[in-house]
Amino acid sequence: MWDYLKLAALGAIAVVAAIAANYARDLAYMVNALTVMLAAAITFVWVLRRIDTPRPQVANEYLDGVVRAGVIATAFWGVVGFLVGVTVAFQLAFPALNLSELAQGYLNFGKLRPLHTSAVIFAFGGNALIMSSFYVVQRTSAARLWGGNLAWFVFWGYQLVIVLAATGYILGATQSKEYAEPEWYVDWWLTIVWVAYLAVFLGTIIKRKEPHIYVANWFYLSFIVTIAMLHVVNNLAIPVSVFGSKSVQVFAGVQDAMTQWWYGHNAVGFFLTAGFLGMMYYFVPKQAERPVFSYKLSIIHFWALIFLYIWAGPHHLHYTALPEWASTLGMVFSIILWMPSWGGMINGLMTLSGAWDKIRTDPVIRMMVISIGFYGMSTFEGPMMSIKAVNSLSHYTDWTIGHVHSGALGWNGMITFGALYFLVPRLWNRAGLYSLKLVSWHFWLATIGIVLYAASMWVTGIMEGLMWREVDANGFLVNAFADTVAAKFPMYVVRGLGGVMYLAGAVIMVYNLWATVAKQPASAAASAAVPAE
Amino acid sequence: MDIYSLFREFADSWALLALVLVFAGVVIWAFRPGSRKVHDDVANIPFRHEDRPAPAGTTGARGQGGAR
Repeated sequence: MWDYLKLAALGAIAVVAAIAANYARDLAYMVNALTVMLAAAITFVWVLRRIDTPRPQVANEYLDGVVRAGVIATAFWGVVGFLVGVTVAFQLAFPALNLSELAQGYLNFGKLRPLHTSAVIFAFGGNALIMSSFYVVQRTSAARLWGGNLAWFVFWGYQLVIVLAATGYILGATQSKEYAEPEWYVDWWLTIVWVAYLAVFLGTIIKRKEPHIYVANWFYLSFIVTIAMLHVVNNLAIPVSVFGSKSVQVFAGVQDAMTQWWYGHNAVGFFLTAGFLGMMYYFVPKQAERPVFSYKLSIIHFWALIFLYIWAGPHHLHYTALPEWASTLGMVFSIILWMPSWGGMINGLMTLSGAWDKIRTDPVIRMMVISIGFYGMSTFEGPMMSIKAVNSLSHYTDWTIGHVHSGALGWNGMITFGALYFLVPRLWNRAGLYSLKLVSWHFWLATIGIVLYAASMWVTGIMEGLMWREVDANGFLVNAFADTVAAKFPMYVVRGLGGVMYLAGAVIMVYNLWATVAKQPASAAASAAVPAE
Repeated sequence: MDIYSLFREFADSWALLALVLVFAGVVIWAFRPGSRKVHDDVANIPFRHEDRPAPAGTTGARGQGGAR
């Protein structure tokens, strides 16, 4: 019966999408409607072929199929996102690479840049978070995922969001809000997917067999709930037409800017920090084979972080139309954030106390340790840059880009790589990774790549900040904007090379993980194996 | 008084006080007497149910090493 309802709904969606494509007012909307139609049709056929076949109930096993799919998606989108990043880095150094004649502007830096940020944050990072949260919440609740195949809906629904957003950007559908570029219908769809995600996660916690909710789940849950709130409020917009991608924001002016950066900074605080800290609090103790350094500190870390982060957004709007008090508030809270951030870093690093030798022998733990190190570095740099006097130099310069990347490549990237290396042998029931040597190669390529990236961006950022404010004896500006662009060229090339190294490391990882599944013998402890589904 | 000023006044007085008290309460709760034993136990949750869920009818495996 349920299957028949699904078929009816999928058929209706496909027909409505076809009608929408027919009446489409712009190309992006038409392509997105056709994509939805195709996705609904494929799902329709898939449901139809499985209809009325009995499915065994497996309550005494974890639902790991969706985690395996998430591992593949994370690795795939990671490489795609890094590749686009390297492309835009070289487009800045060599503008001819925009291929303006050939691509008629469709592959310009301005189009590819949001593609890069969304691909790495939401496709790579988002899949890593969803996948790892499904793995962790089951193990720490001692319960199978709630909601049957709802987790699979979350997975495929999220991939559809990514594809709709990416094709939309290239074809011109964007609401021009940083990290919230997708237009109204993608926002609506993501809201549905996100509510389903919350239901799966919370449902699993509610039916947990462990009396206590492990700290990693607190971080994951705060990430899911806060992102839902931020996403809905920042995307309050009214579509111009139901058959067009264009929408108009409900807020205007400084209110809109403040809402955007309340969203934007908490995307950093709750998506890229709280969610990934959930990963840290599970995978670091597991890989180190010892419990977290201080559970008390992890509780205080959690509450301090979520109490403080939510106020830090205004530091993105220093010296703008924003009232002085709001900007000071954002600065003060950003500086107080030093304490919980470093408390969390210490907690992660000290988990290794008594097992420091593992850093020498286990390249996976080395990856996790350097990610915590970069977490500490970028959460030191961020509050410093939020101080108004520093911000007056650093804002609008490449220093900001360097800061973001030491956080994203160092902290988010490295902890995700560590989690992938941890998960693949377990999920596919293999006797360890294919090659630890390749993990070491990945580690050094990625680390040196980040160092090249961050160092070149510090130099070019401070240089252009100083050039912009330089005045002569009569009070006239000394440098034209184009002068700073010319001066930045060598640093741009170095940054691009750092990106190439980071990408190369990720490609090595993908090969290593593929070989782990394809070439490694099955684990000896086959009785304890998670069966393939 | 307009709504903005009303909210503003409430936010920087009673709401601020309530949030600070809640946070202080959380910290004090974390350090309550007897919490060490609980925390030592729950810190080991990741090492208990690696391969399969706890069997139906059980209520967790506090302190027993679980179904490893």
